[in-house]
Amino acid sequence: MVEPASEDLRGWSKVLTPDRPWWHIPWREIWEYRDLVLLFVKRDFTATYKQTFLGPLWYLLQPLFTTLMLAFVFGVLAKTQTDGLPRLLFFMSGVVSWNYFADCLTKTANTFTGNAGIFGKVYFPRLTVPLSIVITNMITFVVQFGLFLLLLGYYWAKGAPVFPNYRVIILPLLVVQMALLGLGMGAIVSSLTTKWRDLSMLVGFGTQLWMYASSVVLPLSVIPEKWRWIFVLNPMVPIIETFRFAFLGRGVVEIWQLMVSLAVTIVIFVFGMTLFSRVERDFMDTV
Amino acid sequence: MSVVLRTEQLSKQYRLGVINRRMLYQEIQSRWARWRGKEDPHTLIGHPVRTEKDGTFWALRDVSFDVQEGDVVGILGRNGAGKSTLLKILSQITSPTEGRVLIKGRVASLLEVGTGFHPELTGRDNVFLNGAILGMTRRDIAGKFDEIAAFSGIEQFLDTPVKRYSSGMTVRLAFAVAAHLEPEILIIDEVLAVGDASFQQKCLGKMSEVAKGGRTILFVSHNAAAVESLCTRGIVLDDGKLVFAGTQTEAVAQYAQLQKPRTASLAGRADRKGSGQIRVNAVELREAGGAVIASARSGQDIEVWLHYETQVPGELDDLTARITVVSELGVPIFTQLNALKHQPLAPLPPRGSIVCRLPRLPLPPSLYRINYSLNLGRRGGLRLDALTDAADLPVEAGHFFGTSDCPSVQAGLCLADGDWRVEPAAER
Repeated sequence: MVEPASEDLRGWSKVLTPDRPWWHIPWREIWEYRDLVLLFVKRDFTATYKQTFLGPLWYLLQPLFTTLMLAFVFGVLAKTQTDGLPRLLFFMSGVVSWNYFADCLTKTANTFTGNAGIFGKVYFPRLTVPLSIVITNMITFVVQFGLFLLLLGYYWAKGAPVFPNYRVIILPLLVVQMALLGLGMGAIVSSLTTKWRDLSMLVGFGTQLWMYASSVVLPLSVIPEKWRWIFVLNPMVPIIETFRFAFLGRGVVEIWQLMVSLAVTIVIFVFGMTLFSRVERDFMDTV
Repeated sequence: MSVVLRTEQLSKQYRLGVINRRMLYQEIQSRWARWRGKEDPHTLIGHPVRTEKDGTFWALRDVSFDVQEGDVVGILGRNGAGKSTLLKILSQITSPTEGRVLIKGRVASLLEVGTGFHPELTGRDNVFLNGAILGMTRRDIAGKFDEIAAFSGIEQFLDTPVKRYSSGMTVRLAFAVAAHLEPEILIIDEVLAVGDASFQQKCLGKMSEVAKGGRTILFVSHNAAAVESLCTRGIVLDDGKLVFAGTQTEAVAQYAQLQKPRTASLAGRADRKGSGQIRVNAVELREAGGAVIASARSGQDIEVWLHYETQVPGELDDLTARITVVSELGVPIFTQLNALKHQPLAPLPPRGSIVCRLPRLPLPPSLYRINYSLNLGRRGGLRLDALTDAADLPVEAGHFFGTSDCPSVQAGLCLADGDWRVEPAAER
């Protein structure tokens, strides 16, 4: 066997080696598989509400019911504060943004275990799956956000104390940030579940708990000022607070808090992607 | 001609402890034990031969070979030889532990048809989804859609959800997509060919068509006949190592060598019948050249050797030897005896072999068993020795008809030659 000149790899279109740098993410390949991402999105939309009576209407009913429930339990029974905002609007703004993040997280968390059958039979860049999840959820978010705008318009017309302002231009950043955060957390969880299945049991419970610590039901303003920095470490708090501040004009969020949140998000995202690309290479040996 | 795929010292190591799914607390227990210098309570007892001391074993070890453009390479090996591992590495499902693979061009691997089919989606949507999973772009698929639909033969159901399909329809549709892949290098698992016989034939037929088109193909199999007829090159793996790389004919021969021929020793059998003046100690299958084989192929010339010993040499002039081949369920398929063609088995030396030659074995691939009996005289004579299930007769697909086509055992227990033609209606 003649050793080929190992340096000269230019003639080869693909080299499979035991190791690849941890930062290596095959973006170009993912781009080549963009049609697959879109077909996954289409599949998820077609399949989700097949054989349900109300069909796509669930996209609207689901946040509506959650909002009503929160408004009843916390607004009517517990009489928590809502920064002086109409309860429904307050809760719905939280629910709509939280849903987007949580759906990205929980569905991405299922990437490896849920697709083991496909992954074991054919190669395609594994990141196409989480990417398609983010896109699917983004479409859902747009629909639910529309519902929120309708409600906002209704209260606005009624003269309720809501103050949408120029800061709404920050919305794309918030959406991207939630996507990165959901993707990052989901990637971490899905990578770890290939080794420890127990984690998948915890995901649902964990996100639920996380929601209660994320300004969805209680505004940051109810937290004493000297403790707020702890809550700000939870990147979802500034995101939801900023969302409310921009669309409803109430809240105590500050720009540095959003910066902290952005930094934490980027760290989680990079860590998640690193872990994901490590695990995707030979997770088939462990599941 | 240029090299389009090269493996260099490719090795894959599995950690036995990791193959099995563990729970977090077990992991902690193991770590804790190791940290205190104690023995890990979850150490597994693994593959006795290839397991190293540290609980790992090499599924593939230092495998290096080149594949030239346009080659159709058959990868042969017994179960556990490392074929699937090699396949998984080449298809990028898992990564090598050592060594590397160099690839030129687009690779598509077919380890299964219909990967990613979603039951709620229509046939049409699934064609697109499955095609994209296999690496085609939407435009590729759209361009070939009509061909794919026609090939599947279920055009009228393309807008029906796949969950309403019969399993046969699903497979046809899935295969139609797979058949229209056009990568530079195609990796196919034999498992693909499992299924009903006609599907298997369709698959092999399509493969030879693709091969003629100059595409590079790697075909993993333990079906020697298919490799011999379809492939131009062959690679043989054994115990994770490459034992041969060369022409397909030589590879098939090497592979046959590996199938360690077993001579069924019958010395200890207590279920024997007969007076015992002559006893068969072993039954062997041999090919026409005389080499012992572990399995026969449909249409092969084989010999059944009955190794005997007798206390009364020279006295059994009127011996009738009979073998019956029965199916796995015990249905007799044919009986052969020396008396049929009046071929006397005399004189008998004290030790020797009674050989029955079976030219052009008319059996479809399956497992059969051989019963024998030795009697004195043709009918009603003294039974000297007899055993049912004296030996196994595994039959693999072969060239009974001079082609690689061979009906399965479900189509009938034996093969019969025939010729077909058309006759115009007779004029009155």
